[in-house]
Amino acid sequence: MLSFIGRSLVQKLITLFFVAVVSFLIIHLAPGEPSEIDPLNPKFTPEIMERMRQELNLDKPYHIQFYLFYRDLFTGKTVSWKDQRPVMAKIWERFLNSLPLFIIGTLLTWTFSFPLGIGSAINRGSPLDKSTTFFAYMLISIPGFFFAYILIILFVNWLHVPVIGMETFGFSNAPPLFQIMDRTWHTVLPSILGATAGIAVLSRYVRSQMLEIINQDYVRTARAKGLPTETVYYRHALRNALLPFVTMFGLILPGLIGGSVIIESIFAWPGMGRMAYEAILARDYPVILTVNFISAVLVLVGTFISDILYMVVDPRIKL
Amino acid sequence: MDIQTDNILLDVRDLQVFFRGDRTIARAVDGVSFQVRRQETVCIVGESGCGKTVTALALLGLLPSPPAEIAGGQALFNGRDLLTLEEAALQSIRGRKIAMVFQEPMTSLNPLFTIGNQIEEAIRIHNRLALAEIQERCIQLLTDVGIRDAHRRLADYPHQLSGGQRQRVMIAMALACEPDLVIADEPTTALDVTVQSRILKLLRDLKERHHMAIQYITHDLGVVSSIADRVYVMYAGMVVEEATAGELFNQPGHPYTQALLAALPTREKRGQRLYNIAGNVPHPAYKPAGCPFHPRCRYRITTCETDLPDMVDHGNGHLVRCPVVDYPLEEL
Repeated sequence: MLSFIGRSLVQKLITLFFVAVVSFLIIHLAPGEPSEIDPLNPKFTPEIMERMRQELNLDKPYHIQFYLFYRDLFTGKTVSWKDQRPVMAKIWERFLNSLPLFIIGTLLTWTFSFPLGIGSAINRGSPLDKSTTFFAYMLISIPGFFFAYILIILFVNWLHVPVIGMETFGFSNAPPLFQIMDRTWHTVLPSILGATAGIAVLSRYVRSQMLEIINQDYVRTARAKGLPTETVYYRHALRNALLPFVTMFGLILPGLIGGSVIIESIFAWPGMGRMAYEAILARDYPVILTVNFISAVLVLVGTFISDILYMVVDPRIKL
Repeated sequence: MDIQTDNILLDVRDLQVFFRGDRTIARAVDGVSFQVRRQETVCIVGESGCGKTVTALALLGLLPSPPAEIAGGQALFNGRDLLTLEEAALQSIRGRKIAMVFQEPMTSLNPLFTIGNQIEEAIRIHNRLALAEIQERCIQLLTDVGIRDAHRRLADYPHQLSGGQRQRVMIAMALACEPDLVIADEPTTALDVTVQSRILKLLRDLKERHHMAIQYITHDLGVVSSIADRVYVMYAGMVVEEATAGELFNQPGHPYTQALLAALPTREKRGQRLYNIAGNVPHPAYKPAGCPFHPRCRYRITTCETDLPDMVDHGNGHLVRCPVVDYPLEEL
């Protein structure tokens, strides 16, 4: 166990280093520099562009730039090229905005997918199975942005609730209860939207996984013992069917970051995904690379957690 | 004769199990009748796909339905028809009165539970016992099936056991509630020959000690000769011959049984080319009219192609579904 932790730590650090190198190179080798962001602006004379390049160290060789960037990152001195604010503070602020959407979306996804998937697997061919199959494929097929607009129209026209942004403009002086309600309404729609796609996909996985397990020999053995049907399904089949989802559970962590660029853009939600997207448009290298680095760390932490969870739930796996 | 009928534990009459496809109906079991008496070992023999396993699963209501469908017949167990019982009633019979041992020991145990846990479960469903008693019984069962250090083995997971040991665990699980009948569906097919003979010996011993009947499903005539009291030979979803084990090997009646025996390697036939039956078992959805064996039968007459022969009684409980072969039978 300890040796597994040590080994995987070393492996993951090596992986992280390569991720850092490759993402750095991709960003820097991509055409277009921050100094060339606005070539039609008459204020950007060649002299000013040259001065910008010097200030941002863009004139130095790549390995020096690489060293400078990661030195600043680990000493916490990285600043955004766009507004000179410390990158970590910027990310933290956006992260706190994204967190409620992520948590609510994930909770909704995982609480609804499993009952739906298990129910339709056990009652295969039933009206429940047919309707969940229909709606799942419908939701998978409809583009997220299109579905978002339909929901916005419904919510705004029928329920008369505000949906754009995180709060209604000018509401900061309203009584606390109104503010809370306002915040809640703003959170509901983007969370539901994030969850529906997740439910549609995950419930299909759960269903097919459960169907496969139900046909295993040991499930038949359990029935042949005279166990009640529920025990057969929920004790013998379900535990086996859940194994692959343990891996998936570790991998939802990275969703914290890039999970919802489209949803955040549609709802003008000042979250992480949108920040990263805007940073890419502005060629704000420090922000892009820091976000990239953090998501790499989250992926590695996620896989590490899945490995540990796997060992806990499956006696066949010894690490 | 009356004593014999009283002794009948399981009486299957004209069982029909069909699998309904989109356009076809596969008549997997097509009118099977057999009896198992108390404390008797009955072998059901036949090639793969002849309906042996489906018959057994149908008795316990373990076939997935759809597509499987019990199309007819009765299966009287202690006088109750298993085929018409509600699921709840079947659950109280499964494991307690009729237990089953499956073909694949590698996949028939749940990989996520310890074997102790899985045996305990089999005891607990049907008996109200204190935890200590259940533990005690588990260890006893594992010792009975020949697993050493049983108390330590309880905490093992299936993947820590060999195939033979797993099959022993399966047998222990089947014995957990002292059933009247154990249906063993090719329990030794997946095991190597030395393990197979040990498992067969174990089953013989346990049968004596626990006074139970065994319905043993196999395609291996060697196994039949070492374990069976009586034998039913199945072909294409029907019973084609019924006889005591001794009679079957000495005086095989049905051309199919004769051919099977002729195909067995023996010491006398060393160095010779083994007999093989031309053709294949018909697909259950496309069975020939008349006797299902007629396309492969060297004795066939014209009526074989149109009429399904009845079982002909040749005395001594030897019944053969063939109008041609007369008793005593000629050597092949």
